[in-house]
Amino acid sequence: MTKSSFSNIQPEFLALIDDTKCVRCKRCIQNCGWGTYSFGGDKIIADHYKCVACGRCYTYCPEDAISVVKNPTVMRENANWHDYHIKNIWKQSEISGIIISGMGTPLKYKKYFDHMLLDACQVTNPSIDPLREPMELRTFLGKKPSKLELDFTEDGEPILKNPMPPQIELQTPFIFAPMSYGSISLNAQKAMALAAKALGIVMNIGEGGLHDDLVPFGKHIIVQVASGRFGVHRDYLNSGIAVEIKIGQGAKPGIGGHLPGEKIGMDISRTRMIPLGTDAISPAPHHDIYSIEDLRQLIFAIKEATDYKKPVSVKVAAVHNIAAIVSGIVRAGADIVYIDGFTGGTGAAPAIVRDNTGIPIELALAQVDERLRQEGIRNEASLIAAGSIRSSADAVKAIALGADAVAIGTAALVVMGCHVCGKCHTGNCSWGITTQRSELVRRLDPEVYGERLYNLITAWSHEIMEVLGSMGVNSIESLRGSRERLRGVELTDSELQVLGIKHAGL
Amino acid sequence: MLRLKNTFSIERDISGCGLCGIINIKKVKINGENIKRAIALEHDRGNGLGGGFAVYGAYPDYASLYAFHIMYDDIAAKNNVEEYLKKNFVIEKNEPIPVLKISKILDHPILYRYFMKPKSDREDRLFHDLKDDDFVVRSVMVINSQYDGAYVFSSGKNMGVFKGVGYPEDIADFYMLDDIEGYMWTAHNRFPTNTPGWWGGAHPFTLLDWSIVHNGEISSYGINKRYLEMFKYSLSLKTDTEVITYILDLLIRKHGLTIELATNILAAPFYQTIEKMDPPKRELFTALRQIYGSALLNGPFAIIFGFSDGMVAMNDRIKLRPLVAATKGDFTYIASEEASIMEMCPSPDIVWSPKAGEPVIVRTENVKAKNIVQKEEMVSL
Amino acid sequence: MLKNEEELVITIDAKGMYYKELNKMIKDGIGAGEKKFFIENVNGQYYLGDGIQGDDIIITINGVPGNDLGVFMDGPTIIVNNDAQDNIGNTMNAGKIVIKGNAGDVVGYGMRGGRIYIAGDAGYRIGIHMKGYIEQIPVIIIGGKVGSFFGEYMAGGIMILLGLNISDEIAGDYFGVGMHGGVIYLKKKIDFSKYSKEVEFSEADDNDMVVLKKYLLEYANDLNLHYDEIISGVFYKISPSSARPYAHLYAS
Repeated sequence: MTKSSFSNIQPEFLALIDDTKCVRCKRCIQNCGWGTYSFGGDKIIADHYKCVACGRCYTYCPEDAISVVKNPTVMRENANWHDYHIKNIWKQSEISGIIISGMGTPLKYKKYFDHMLLDACQVTNPSIDPLREPMELRTFLGKKPSKLELDFTEDGEPILKNPMPPQIELQTPFIFAPMSYGSISLNAQKAMALAAKALGIVMNIGEGGLHDDLVPFGKHIIVQVASGRFGVHRDYLNSGIAVEIKIGQGAKPGIGGHLPGEKIGMDISRTRMIPLGTDAISPAPHHDIYSIEDLRQLIFAIKEATDYKKPVSVKVAAVHNIAAIVSGIVRAGADIVYIDGFTGGTGAAPAIVRDNTGIPIELALAQVDERLRQEGIRNEASLIAAGSIRSSADAVKAIALGADAVAIGTAALVVMGCHVCGKCHTGNCSWGITTQRSELVRRLDPEVYGERLYNLITAWSHEIMEVLGSMGVNSIESLRGSRERLRGVELTDSELQVLGIKHAGL
Repeated sequence: MLRLKNTFSIERDISGCGLCGIINIKKVKINGENIKRAIALEHDRGNGLGGGFAVYGAYPDYASLYAFHIMYDDIAAKNNVEEYLKKNFVIEKNEPIPVLKISKILDHPILYRYFMKPKSDREDRLFHDLKDDDFVVRSVMVINSQYDGAYVFSSGKNMGVFKGVGYPEDIADFYMLDDIEGYMWTAHNRFPTNTPGWWGGAHPFTLLDWSIVHNGEISSYGINKRYLEMFKYSLSLKTDTEVITYILDLLIRKHGLTIELATNILAAPFYQTIEKMDPPKRELFTALRQIYGSALLNGPFAIIFGFSDGMVAMNDRIKLRPLVAATKGDFTYIASEEASIMEMCPSPDIVWSPKAGEPVIVRTENVKAKNIVQKEEMVSL
Repeated sequence: MLKNEEELVITIDAKGMYYKELNKMIKDGIGAGEKKFFIENVNGQYYLGDGIQGDDIIITINGVPGNDLGVFMDGPTIIVNNDAQDNIGNTMNAGKIVIKGNAGDVVGYGMRGGRIYIAGDAGYRIGIHMKGYIEQIPVIIIGGKVGSFFGEYMAGGIMILLGLNISDEIAGDYFGVGMHGGVIYLKKKIDFSKYSKEVEFSEADDNDMVVLKKYLLEYANDLNLHYDEIISGVFYKISPSSARPYAHLYAS
């Protein structure tokens, strides 16, 4: 947005160039996906209105000549009339329309992970050295029978009476969160596919269909069926290790999706199996699911189409009544339930929903796990927790609250250079992540970032092992749901009760 | 001051310990003198705040009846519980548990025992059809969680638990265990760390004829407890021993698993080991971990669990607690320290330390319990 | 399961059978190379034809099949001699479903290819989010009338609403709401207030008639109707006014 004479909106950031350092190499011009920079004859000129602080320019400036700063021009401080509100009013009064944003909410809400502390062993039971003694993170996602049924061989050896229901085996309890081809670039998906394969985990390709290049990674891919049914056909359902029905997303519960027509190029059109250049609309609901029994109907339609060989996951946003909803989902036959919390990411969502709808994953997860246990059906489905897992500590706490595994979305994009500027929906991502512009996508090397994703998850896994060792357990299943190992700080009685944990000191 | 129920606001009650066990596979009975000496040798593993014994074959005259041992804080508690018992059970005999007042055990609760069976026309039949065993389990949980000042500490058939606050050798004298005979004994010496010892918290812990003595603090207690709660177990004691007992009850009695498989759940083999197994076994053991991961006892433990037909001793999967075993003829001995075994049996046939997670399983032969063996005979073994 | 050797038709009596068993019989039959199936006494079994493949497979059904008939189907033909329920041809990729009676709600949801021919009426949200992809053109033809939200979010393909033997309105409200691709043909006009603001109305031209003739001929043949009566007269065409109906709605 360039300044117009009648706009009240000032640039949010200033892209400042130190002309004494600048060698006029023009790399910033090439690198900026937003067109902030241009060459003014003898120096680089910045259009501050275009800068989103994505960080690409200064990262790639060979002379460190660029600094991007917050516009120091202040608005009069007002704790009630925050500039966030004022700017949105100006924006909407000038151009109308629903405010759309990318990424999870940037607003300051209480982050419960930051108010939980972990336990460790001292004297009465020993901690375990994770570097030298065995430490197991292997995790299986899928329905488990509540009890083992045995048969015996002629020699009297016990054997399984029935094969186990299909499971996803993870070598470490992480998966890459669903992000579709369209919302992110194919190279970004490829980086995750390479990392998932190397790590022995899985990625979720989101609702945008399965690109041919990803087909060889099938054992490390969860395919998704969302309301738009993009690319969904029989072979697609059978091409991954599991199928996920996407009901909702933490950043936009109850809201559909919308990939603008200008992003539907040849390749995306082919992958999504839709006409070139038309909007790819994901309706808010699945139009074959208006009630819980309809979800059961779709789950079993998929099971029938996959000969009961693939676990079926259901992804929902954490909303107020999430415990009862997930209970219903489990009883409808889901093998995995993916719960996406309030702060979860998105490629595009109405800010009003992203910033105001849903509940935090910590609270949702705690209630869901407890509810399923009370009903005696916790074994019927695995739980994946998501919604801004920022560190291995968040992952450990989520698992202790009851998650089987956690999903990494934004963190994976940060690995690829994302600075969480929140402009994913514009398609101008300078890092080549949330864009389909070939000159931008090209710069994201799947091999390089696949390796960095591998590094991150490997490092986080080692950190989890350190924590398990300090807690005196050598297997992730002894942490899972063990809220006894969590204590709250600065939490109210209600919050502690919802989380099912004690306050520190008790 | 007596406290049958733990009044501390704690999530769990932890302790260190010493333990011993002895079993005769022909069900030849011996009295409690031997095991008392063995556990007394492990005196320093406890702190005088808990000792106890389980003895199998103790009540041959009432072998078909459930023998409830109940502690009461006061007469009112006793009256309340007895009202419940009369309503639901046919009580063949009830009497105070015989005790000897000794200087080292000054304060003790009212100790009573009841030989009884559930009534066939009991009220709960109106809304479900529990087997007698299940009804007994439920009754124990009802009394222990809902009746103030009362605690059932033994509920099996032809077996009994004798425990309290004190060193085990003093507890043995208090209950006059030299005069009681059984074909299997387990003993426990307790070192509680966060409660000053209370009668109900001493070991062994029992449920029906299961009895557990246990050493070590389970680091996976939190999830083990929540797992059991899913199957409607109510964990009132908050001890690891209670958790272990209920897990075994769930796996063996309710899910019908073999003892061997159950022990492979408590101390599950590592995936590295499982991967080396033959395919059918690998599938089975992978399934065990998938289904029963929440029942894995992670962290240090050594346990001896007894049941009517045998005894199992095992420790955790990376051997963080000690366990020694020995045999001599028809006898098998288990203890935290080898010296305790030597105290019971100076020249065993074999002595060994079981591997991490590898159970010692001893089953009695299918024989009726034999008459008392004299002490002299015993020593000569 | 009976096999008529001469006609090579597998006959299955589905009375009291659960869908899982019935579908497995069909799939096993297809796996064994069978082509024609006749299923009697169907009543409410879900997912008949779920995900099956093979252009030469024909399944004839007597009775009312359950929801999700032909879901994910990829090639075969299903003929239903009675009414059918909801979600017919859900996310179908190829093949044909012929319903000789009426159909329920949400026919052809997310359908990418193949044809669904309904003799009678159909319910709400018919052809919702129908697609179309390269040479795949999904087609739905309804002989009677339909409920509201006809062609909601329609992104591709062809729908033909005939309204044969219907004296009152042949469609409900919110006609073509969110439509951004494909085309709808009507044999009878409906009240103008029912069209969504995302669509445009015109008379079918000669090119359109070529398309209509092609599909209506097959429709008439499959359902034993008089093609001449169906094709006679003027047809109307509803097409999206924009492939991007919501572009103006957002501010970033």
